[in-house]
Amino acid sequence: MSEFVRVRLAAFVAGCLVGIVASFGEANAESAENGKVLFLKVGCYQCHGTVGQGGVAGPRLAPDPMPFETLAAFVRTTSGQMPPFREKILSDADLADIYAYLQSIPKPPDPKSLPQLNP
Amino acid sequence: MARIGPRANVNRRKFLTGVAVAGAATAVPPAQDGAKAAAPPSPNAETSSVSSALRPSAKVAAAETGSPAELAGAEGKPGSDYMVDVIKSLNVDYVFSNPASSFRGLHESLINYGGNKKPEFIECMHEESSIAMAHGYFKAAGKPIVALCHGTVGLQHGCMAIYNAWCDRVPIIVLGGNSLDATTRLPMVPTYHSAVDIGALVRDFTKYDDNPVSLNHFGHSFVRAYKMAMTPPHEPVFISLDSDLQENAAREAEKLTIPKYTPTSPPQGDANAVREAAKLLANAQNPVIIADRCARTPAGVGLLVQLAETLNAPVIDQHSRMNFPNTHDLYQTGRAGPLIRQADVIIGLELSDFWGTVNQHVDNVAGTEQARIKAGTKLISISTLELSMKSNYQDMQRYQPVDISIAGDAEATLPALIDAVKSAIPADRRDAIAQRGEAMKKAHADARERTLVNATYAWDASPISTARLSAELWSLIKSEDWSLVSQDRSISGWANRLWAMEKHYHYLGASGGFGVGYGAPAAVGAALANKAEGRLSINIQNDGDLMYAPGVLWTAVHHKIPLLSVMHNNRAYHQEVMHVQRMANRRDRVLNDGPVGTLIGRPFIDYAKLAQSMGMYAIGPINDPKELGPALKRALQVVKSGEPALVDAVTQPR
Repeated sequence: MSEFVRVRLAAFVAGCLVGIVASFGEANAESAENGKVLFLKVGCYQCHGTVGQGGVAGPRLAPDPMPFETLAAFVRTTSGQMPPFREKILSDADLADIYAYLQSIPKPPDPKSLPQLNP
Repeated sequence: MARIGPRANVNRRKFLTGVAVAGAATAVPPAQDGAKAAAPPSPNAETSSVSSALRPSAKVAAAETGSPAELAGAEGKPGSDYMVDVIKSLNVDYVFSNPASSFRGLHESLINYGGNKKPEFIECMHEESSIAMAHGYFKAAGKPIVALCHGTVGLQHGCMAIYNAWCDRVPIIVLGGNSLDATTRLPMVPTYHSAVDIGALVRDFTKYDDNPVSLNHFGHSFVRAYKMAMTPPHEPVFISLDSDLQENAAREAEKLTIPKYTPTSPPQGDANAVREAAKLLANAQNPVIIADRCARTPAGVGLLVQLAETLNAPVIDQHSRMNFPNTHDLYQTGRAGPLIRQADVIIGLELSDFWGTVNQHVDNVAGTEQARIKAGTKLISISTLELSMKSNYQDMQRYQPVDISIAGDAEATLPALIDAVKSAIPADRRDAIAQRGEAMKKAHADARERTLVNATYAWDASPISTARLSAELWSLIKSEDWSLVSQDRSISGWANRLWAMEKHYHYLGASGGFGVGYGAPAAVGAALANKAEGRLSINIQNDGDLMYAPGVLWTAVHHKIPLLSVMHNNRAYHQEVMHVQRMANRRDRVLNDGPVGTLIGRPFIDYAKLAQSMGMYAIGPINDPKELGPALKRALQVVKSGEPALVDAVTQPR
């Protein structure tokens, strides 16, 4: 697949998914709860950590996740180190719930407030 | 093979004449009558109905424990006493070993004739443990020790650990018991454990091996082996110990000597090539220094600082050793990607994978590969790789063309390179170099701020984040003279990101060959070395790694080796979890049952109980991050009292 076709496809997929998420409005608790289960079940946690904090194997996803359309395009069509999760193995609705979970993750404490980080 | 000498009738006065070791010629008690000491079971034992496992037959038991009648009461000092003299002549502190019959002669000589001091026999529960302990010991102490392996089976157990040491450029003197003479060796078990060419097992990943057939031959081989192991590139070596040679008395006619050991100066890079490299570095707009196994000794750290400061060039530490202080403004490891992309000159110092440093392989279905560097970037390599390469095992990694390739030890070459760079810097480059230093200072400070913020993500999560684990530990040890004796790659490098790594023993690197099972024993070996220096040893211990040979915890307790082990218990072989996921995604298949065959659960292993069963103070499992700090504090008190301790923290995957 050429890079041009890949980008167009990604944009199309992302556009469809934006519609799904937009219908949620604010991330609702039910979606977020299901998204948390999915985040662990489908394997996102393996590289990104159970609360999306990131690590040596994958970047931080939360809090303040990237725009949904960016995330969705990447998840579906990445040709990088992360293996793609195509719709056959992760539905649009499930991906939207995962995004709701990422949105629900609270901000961390200020590092200046943690004595362990201020020796 | 030639048979060695008469078994008895040795002139005791002449024994060891010429041996150049003071205090070595003490009397040895007559050999014990093994036939009497052994108590073979009754001939009917195998028919007993009470045992759940078969008892050995009389023949097997005698073969395992007895001695041939011809050896009983042999007179004269045994050859293995001379072997102890040779080992002592090189100031070897320890022998790490799982005990075994194929070196019983040397074992007895070590503890009786040698007094079990320098070297002291350290009891291990697996050959893989004893060799990995030797690996860790060297990296903390800077001197090698002896690891004793038992015949064919023990050496096979130890092979993976020897391979790790080979890949990691670490010297270990491996001695392996063997019985060459097919007409005199004991039948059954000892014969299974013998080989014609036992060194063939490890020849592909040792620098030297030999099969001595006389005592003087052993002396020459041992000193040569030590010398070769300690000449950069450091590598493990192997010497076979024939059982007759150990157990029999020396031949009367054999005048025993111990060859003099003279350390070999490390190979230094060619002066002309060094000058050419210096010119490139001095005139570069964006030079980058990358170090992997550059700092062999404490002096190496200081030399690398000098080179970097001369150029105000950023340093990327790949952490196979502690090459460069992470508190220095020029430490820019976290910015490796952009720095390599922007560089016009890159110098690699003892890189284990130069190709992987300047290229990227994407592990997707296309197997995409692309250069990380821009066209025209000049590459310089200083490495001992070409001096130690063998063909079969592929630790040399993929071939990377470079512009200047200097065969030599990087640390030994640095003084000449520093001088050459100082001479090569044009006057009109000095301002630009100074400005580069200011930019690096700001980048270092910014990176530090980002690191602290990143450490707060998942701060209160359970399982405990690896950043939190590292921060909790650091807050307790920062005022101590500490040494991290484990790698931190599997905890996302948090120790190197949060702790002030400034001394060579602050970080010892990883296994080299990525053979799992290295971590726990290497940590115990390094802790033994640190004990002599009064350092506090910290081990962040992977759960899967510990279970390869957990008996090393017993060794730590038994020999009172102070070491704090904190479990990175992610309850999985997590690298493999990710690999299987990658395959499933590539094939558009769902892992409906989750990871299978890669988790360590059902049941979860209680590592605290495991450690406690071997007499170790242990706490856990700890799931709540708020409980971790107090638990670490309690365990540290135990370690400071001179004992090992373990805290089982249930952690995030990475």
